[in-house]
This record gives sequence, C-alpha cells and structure tokens, in this order.
Amino acid sequence: MSTLKPLTGAQAAAEAMRQINPDVVAAYPITPQTPIVEQFAQFVANGIVDTKTIPVESEHSAMSATVGASAAGARAMCATSSQGLALMWEVVAAVPGLRLPIVMPIVDRALSAPINIHCDHSDVMGTATIGWIQIFSENAQEVYENMLLAVKIAEDKDVLLPAMVMQDGFIISHGVENVEVFDDDKVKAFVGERNPDRYLLDVDHPYTIGPLALPDYYFEIKRQQEEAMKNAKRVYIEAGKELSKITGKTYPYFESYKLDDAEAAIVVLSSTAGTAKDTVDKMRAEGKKVGLLKPKLFRPFPYKEVREALKNIPVIGVLDRSIAFGAYAPLYAEIRNALFELDKRPKLQSYIFGLGGKDIFKSQIEKAFDELLSGDVTPEEERYIGLRG
Amino acid sequence: MATLQEIVSKPSGLASGHRMCAGCGIGSIVRTVLAASDKPVVVANATGCLEVVTTIYPYSAWKVPWIHLTFENAAAVASGIETAYRSLRNRGKITKDINIVAFGGDGGTYDIGFQALSGALERGHNFMYVVYDNEGYMNTGNQRSGATPYGASTTTVPAGTKSFGKPQWRKNIVEIAAAHRIPYAAQAAVHNTIDLYNKAKKGFEADGPAFLAVLQPCTTNWKYDPALTMTYSRLATETNFWPLYEVENGKVHINYKPRNRKPIEEFLKGQGRFRHLFKPENKHIIEKMQKLIDEEWERLLKLEESGVAL
Repeated sequence: MSTLKPLTGAQAAAEAMRQINPDVVAAYPITPQTPIVEQFAQFVANGIVDTKTIPVESEHSAMSATVGASAAGARAMCATSSQGLALMWEVVAAVPGLRLPIVMPIVDRALSAPINIHCDHSDVMGTATIGWIQIFSENAQEVYENMLLAVKIAEDKDVLLPAMVMQDGFIISHGVENVEVFDDDKVKAFVGERNPDRYLLDVDHPYTIGPLALPDYYFEIKRQQEEAMKNAKRVYIEAGKELSKITGKTYPYFESYKLDDAEAAIVVLSSTAGTAKDTVDKMRAEGKKVGLLKPKLFRPFPYKEVREALKNIPVIGVLDRSIAFGAYAPLYAEIRNALFELDKRPKLQSYIFGLGGKDIFKSQIEKAFDELLSGDVTPEEERYIGLRG
Repeated sequence: MATLQEIVSKPSGLASGHRMCAGCGIGSIVRTVLAASDKPVVVANATGCLEVVTTIYPYSAWKVPWIHLTFENAAAVASGIETAYRSLRNRGKITKDINIVAFGGDGGTYDIGFQALSGALERGHNFMYVVYDNEGYMNTGNQRSGATPYGASTTTVPAGTKSFGKPQWRKNIVEIAAAHRIPYAAQAAVHNTIDLYNKAKKGFEADGPAFLAVLQPCTTNWKYDPALTMTYSRLATETNFWPLYEVENGKVHINYKPRNRKPIEEFLKGQGRFRHLFKPENKHIIEKMQKLIDEEWERLLKLEESGVAL
C-alpha cells in the first residue's frame, strides 16, 4: 500500500525525514532549502516526530552540530543550499574522514557572485571531490526515495560515509507533484535504526574521534575512505534491490531512456532530464533516433556501466548546469573519462545551460539533438544553451 | 569542599604521556575540570594546543570520550552532542547521566569560534565551555588574538621602532558570555586549583550553559622560565590583571581580592613578550595599562557591590 500526496520536492525530502525520524536534525534555513526545515519543524511542533532539532546560528554550526550528534551516536541529518553549503564546506569536507553516515538533502542553487537564488549545480559540484556519496534526483518522487536509499547506504558497515541527495532549487523544491509515499511501517523497517559500533555517549567505552594524524598515517586513513567509496557503489545496488521490494521500482546507477538504437544521446542530470525525455519522445515520433542517459549516482561515479551504456552511440551531447572554470564542465568531464577506454569512441559535445536558473526549453534541447545528429560537434569547445546573444 | 589532595587524587580523564610543553598548565586545567564532574564526561575540543598534544594518531591521552572537529566550532559540536544525549535518552537508548564539556583556546573562543559559542550559549544547551586562555595563538607560535593583552608583542603585531605591540585592550569574554543570561560564567586561573575546581563544579551543576575562562600562562610564547607558570598565573591575580570572579545568574562575586594590589610591572617583568615595555620610551604604555587595570577592578567591585545582575 502507498498513498499519493501532493508534495513539493522540499516537502518530499521532509516527508522522507518524517518516516526516517532521525534522532537529531540541525539546520539553518536558506532559500530554496528553507521549506525542508520549516516542514520538518512543523512535524516536530505537532509531535508527529520526536526528533530533537537544533536551530543553529549558521550553516557552519549546522554541520558542526550534526557531526557532534552523529559522533555521539545519533542518526543526525542536516539540509542546505548554495551559500550554506559553501559556508559549511570546511566541516562538510571533514565528515567523510570521520566516517559519520550523515544524510543531507541539498536544494541546488547558484553560487555568488552575482548573488542568485535560482537553480544551478555550481554549489554541489564544488563538493564533488571530498568524499560524500552524491545522488541526484529528477523530481519529488526521486527525492523521497533517494533520501531513504541514502540512509541505508551511508550507514552500511562497509560504507560509513555521508551522503547528499540533490534536487533542483525552485524547479523541484517548490513545484508540487503527486508523490507516492510508502507505508510508514515498511519504510521504517527498511531504514531501521542506526546502530553504531562506537559512539561518544557509550561512556563505558571511551573513544577518541578526530585526532591529529601526521604523514605516517593520514594517507592510510584516506586510502580506507576511498575503499569505502568503492563499497558504496555495490551497496547502492543492494540497497536499491531492498527498497524495490517496497516500491516495486528499480534503482540503477542511471536511467537509460531509449538509448538502445539511438544515433544521438544527451546526458543530463536532475529535472532537465524530464524535459529532455519529452524532447526524445517528440523527436522519436518524427523518426529521429535519439535517447537520454540521466545519471543518478554521481559519487561514486559508475564509469564502467556508463561506458557500456554509451559505447554504441555515435554522438553524445553532455548538458551541464555548472561551469568548471578553465576545465571541462563537471558532468562532461566524467562522460569523457568514462569513454576513454573504448577503442572506437563516440563523438562528444559539451553544452552549458541554465546557470542562475535560466530556463531551458524543449526547442533548445531539440536543436542540440539536431546538431548531434548532423555530426556538428566541437569536442574541445563548449556551447551555451540559452545565452543572450 | 574538596581539598587539593582529594582533587589531585581523583582518577584522571587525561593520561600522562601527552606532548605538552614543559611548564604548560593546560593539562592541570583539564584534569581539574574533569575531576569536578561526578558523572562521566564527554569532551569536545577545538583545534589548538590541547588537541594537538593529546591525540597524535594512533595515540590518545584521553580516557574519556573525546571529539575534535575543526577550529571554530567546539561549542556547536558540543551542542550536537548535548542534543543527541537528550534525544537518545528520550528514546530510551541510553540511560546514564553525563556531563558535556567543550575545551578551546582563546583563538577558538574569543575569535574564530565566537559565533558558534554565542549560538550555543543563546540556545541554552546544558554544557560547559572552558577556554584555556594563553592570550594568543600559541600553538602556532605567538600570533595575536582577541585575548592578547594591550602592549604584548606578537608575531603578527610585533613591537618595533614604530610599534609597542598590541594597541587594543583584550575582549572581556566572561562578561560577554554572561550577557547571554546563562546561569554561570566565571574567570579562574591555573595556579588556583581549588578555585578552578569549585567553579568547574558549579558549571557542571548549572541548569544550562556554563562558561569558564581560565588563565593559562604560556612558557613558550610569553617567553619565561618554564618553572614559573604558576608564579605568573598567581601574579596575574595579585596585580588584578586577571581577577578571579564568577557571575552566578548574573550576579558578580569576586573570589579573590588582593590585600595589597601589586603593580603591573610585577607581572610584566621577566616575560619576553613585554620586554620592550621597559624601555624608557614605553613607560607611558605601562602607565596606561596600570590605569586600565585599576579602572576595570573598580568597575568590577562596583558591580559586585551593587548586586545588580549583569
């Protein structure tokens, strides 16, 4: 059994948190993440959950308090966006090394300057190399399910790493959809309770967490962290299989949409994948063989599987909602890397779109597909969709 | 009232064998504070001398649960631990009574950790924050902090032909903490173990946040003979440079009033960081320091006398 609820993406994250009922939530409101914090605070105010919240004075303290709670033995969560993620970056970077399974929904928003509250992925891409599991969501339904998956993966004893669950600011966070919410009992059984081996409040077994480590051990600790990240790739699939028993859905590393016989494909994250799938349908109806790949698990990145999925596609466009200044765009770089092992590689084109919330339309995606189908690509030079002339 | 013998005979939460400088008093402060708790203690520690010298992996001098995260957030980390404690107790997952204490140096408290400290005090978490105040960034070699006294030479504001060292007075961190309307804030010094112990005990027993600033002379960067740490700590109180007082529910109580206040030169002399003040051209700096100390002391006496809550 399940219930359909009209929820925004932000409310869908909060709904997952209601079912997870974490011991502690510490967060600081920031547009467009604020409705997650507000919705969850209302759950607490109405006694729907018995979580203890910490209404901190900044994002830096939000993640610091979340770490304190998690190290103390609690299942602890946080949530943020953009400038907030940037402010807490120092602590965010420390969490994987402490091996604390904190789960944090991220509502993607452009980074200053100029200040801008609308969606792009420049906030989260700045954290892509520091050791968090990262799962991108296309819509509110995926937000809800990815939150549940994230808890399961993060707390797995072979992983013990923090996880971020992304959704697009405003486009998803503030747009209402029908979200299928699964039964509390089943979801609670799926996420279970956190059962740490060591925690600060186990005062009979004192332990030291966060010591200074010098060149003789630092490297070794980081190597173990990478091993945990490799395990996360396996556990993502295992957790997905378990979740599918409740939801009846599957949880692959990425969604392949009409890729099998495609002559051109687009790779794109998050909400834009929905727009792109509509475009694929329209062009397919016109006889044009186009398809789409939507990565879901971004860290660890499933290079081998992506390579298998794209190896027979003659030409591929990668749409990034952020720029890696002076380098290939983040998603483009991953796809380019994934294909390197092939003897015969597809042609590639990098597209940048949607920075600071600039809309993208089906007609623009169709134009990109047409460029790809005609073989009009410049793999070393990115193109811009929707930029003022 | 515990005797000195009783205090030092208690099992210590901090083992010997740590790497503190010879003559450093931080270990004494930590041991005394931990001894004042009759419940198990969980410690959050800001980056700084204490963290660095007690934990070099794979060793730890801590016999109690201990966490270090980063420089500026020990109070925020402690607030997370305290909230987890309330939540897990409420859910029946843990049963023991515990105390939570955060330790930071003056850098992690007066300066970079100030916001997190204020937030945690304002939210009313039941924990104690202890600053071991060595009046500068001493772990990294004597850089200026908001606690560095007027006239001290540091590597970032050194004395020179155009400079007498730090031109500002230090922050009054105890009154700032008390202004959060917390139940207990106090100033102690490392040489007076019984006073420190009593204050830590009151802090642990307070219903809400407690704040303790403890003077910790730094042999390495104040530049004096390592044998004289307790002497300088005592001189700081005998000159009224560092009054021992407490603010209980806003009311000021001075714990030590020197019968004959010593001139500030008694505290300054022998310290390398103040050596330049004894040049004739800097005589007025010492005079100004004396004036400010006397004014502050008079103000503190009036606060105590008035009985008006801070």
